[in-house]
Amino acid sequence: MLDTTPGTAPGAALPDHPDFLWRNPDPKKVYDVVIVGGGGHGIATAYYLASRYGITNVAVLEKGWLAGGNMARNTTIIRSNYLWDESSGIYEHSLKMWEGLEEDLGYPLLFSQRGVLNLAHSLQDVRDSKRRVNANVLNGVDAEWVDADGVKELCPIVNISPDVRYPVLGATYQPRAGIAKHDYVAWGYARAASALGVDLIQNCEVTGLDVRGGRVVGVQTNRGTIAAGKVALAAAGHSSVVAGFAGIRLPLQSHPLQALVSELLEPVHPTVVMSNAVHVYVSQAHKGELVMGAGVDSYNGFGQRGAFHIIERQMSAAIELFPVFARAHLLRTWGGIVDVTPDASPIVSLTDVSGLYLNCGWGTGGFKATPGVGDTFAATIANDAPHPLVAAFTLDRFRTGALVDEHGAAAVAH
Amino acid sequence: MQLIECPNCGKREEIEFHYGGQAHIAYPEDPAATTDHEWSDYLFFRDNPKGPFAERWYHGGGCRRWFNAVRDTTSYRFLAVYQPGERMPALPGTRVTR
Ligand SMILES: Cc1cc2nc3c(=O)[nH]c(=O)nc-3n(C[C@H](O)[C@H](O)[C@H](O)COP(=O)(O)OP(=O)(O)OC[C@H]3O[C@@H](n4cnc5c(N)ncnc54)[C@H](O)[C@@H]3O)c2cc1C
Ligand SMILES: [Zn+2]
Repeated sequence: MLDTTPGTAPGAALPDHPDFLWRNPDPKKVYDVVIVGGGGHGIATAYYLASRYGITNVAVLEKGWLAGGNMARNTTIIRSNYLWDESSGIYEHSLKMWEGLEEDLGYPLLFSQRGVLNLAHSLQDVRDSKRRVNANVLNGVDAEWVDADGVKELCPIVNISPDVRYPVLGATYQPRAGIAKHDYVAWGYARAASALGVDLIQNCEVTGLDVRGGRVVGVQTNRGTIAAGKVALAAAGHSSVVAGFAGIRLPLQSHPLQALVSELLEPVHPTVVMSNAVHVYVSQAHKGELVMGAGVDSYNGFGQRGAFHIIERQMSAAIELFPVFARAHLLRTWGGIVDVTPDASPIVSLTDVSGLYLNCGWGTGGFKATPGVGDTFAATIANDAPHPLVAAFTLDRFRTGALVDEHGAAAVAH
Repeated sequence: MQLIECPNCGKREEIEFHYGGQAHIAYPEDPAATTDHEWSDYLFFRDNPKGPFAERWYHGGGCRRWFNAVRDTTSYRFLAVYQPGERMPALPGTRVTR
């Protein structure tokens, strides 16, 4: 309780600062592995390098504050109902890891398997959705097709009237999908990684990569040169910039991606609803805010903000689908920078520079992959060979043509 | 809302425009003669600079013509607009792409 007795110094009765979750060390001169980017992927990779693959002399270098990039800005949808075998392989591996993650990290993550509905609004949507359900079932991913009444049963506030511009004809449903609290995920990984000896170094921007004789030997930073046996890039929206330091050109375009929340409301929305046709997806956070996202802003952007007309369209779509939202107030909007590939699949890859590894291109949907990437990218770095679950996601596929085209196929972002 | 200066129509609201990605990328003269590397470069690889970027825009809500612009991808400010076929104007601190 705050002591408001007159004459007491303000704050005198406030509790002490809680324990810090991770150490805040200065960078050492040399590490076995340096990871560039302290978002979810970078921190999780460091954690699995230390916990699963026995490499603890690891630093994660973050130019801002830990997990202040897309990790703190995403809408936290977790699912594995992707179309292609390669995608469902990595995303389902990740979802299985989510199911044991709170226990593994010893930290609450508010992981809630409340299911996700991907709505179909046209005959083509219906056909594509059923095809995806069948592919999912063949891959051991839980998935079912539900008709419009089934949608209403799972989420009573969805408007299934045929009298709208994009009527709801049904949906795919993945019961094991859900959401988690992104900050807690980052903090849980950071705490566990730090305890295993990983140095998490904030306010440390990588400004160059040192390559000698075709091999990476270290990084330049605003806090000096750091030597490294191996360097792993996990810079999400800035991947093109960072890979460019080693002369590597990536097939990526960085786009603003925005999201928003409403004021806190009573629980009205029990699941996660996504609609690609009307460009909105919605869940309700544990605290009560409606969390909504849309598609990317069309132009390239590194500004962590986007245009207001995107928000406006997303809200009109949301109100058509959920008429009860008409009276909710918008509390806050924000944006991140997402790195989009031509086939909407990620790049997890070795490079032509030995000892330099790439993890990027997760675009609008990499939060759900955090545990799965952390594990498989760490294995790729430790063994200097692609983990089988990411072997299809090489940089080289854009030269050979072996794309994993999730864009058209799954017809859903995030 | 951001105002974009169309070289034909003047300043108009952003929603009237469509984005067309990097400018000055020519379709290969003889596509069948390109190597896999050249062809994949053309298909999939574009610059992604943080800073000034020469790009194509389409004024769908006005003159319905394409034009080029140099825009800063960090501030989103348009630094110059020019007609297709013209060279990118020299701007201080800006590299001409291709
Ligand atoms: C609005 C929004 C909604 C989204 N919704 C979902 C969703 O519902 N479900 C889902 O699965 N995914 C979603 N995503 C995508 C997801 O957030 C990303 O794919 C994922 O977070 C990327 O991995 P990361 O956490 O490591 O990225 P980030 O958190 O962006 O980490 C990259 C880090 O690298 C740092 N960095 C960059 N350059 C340098 C440098 N030179 N030196 C040092 N550090 C550097 C950055 O500061 C940043 O902290 C969403 C994204 C956004 C923006
Ligand atoms: Zn015009």
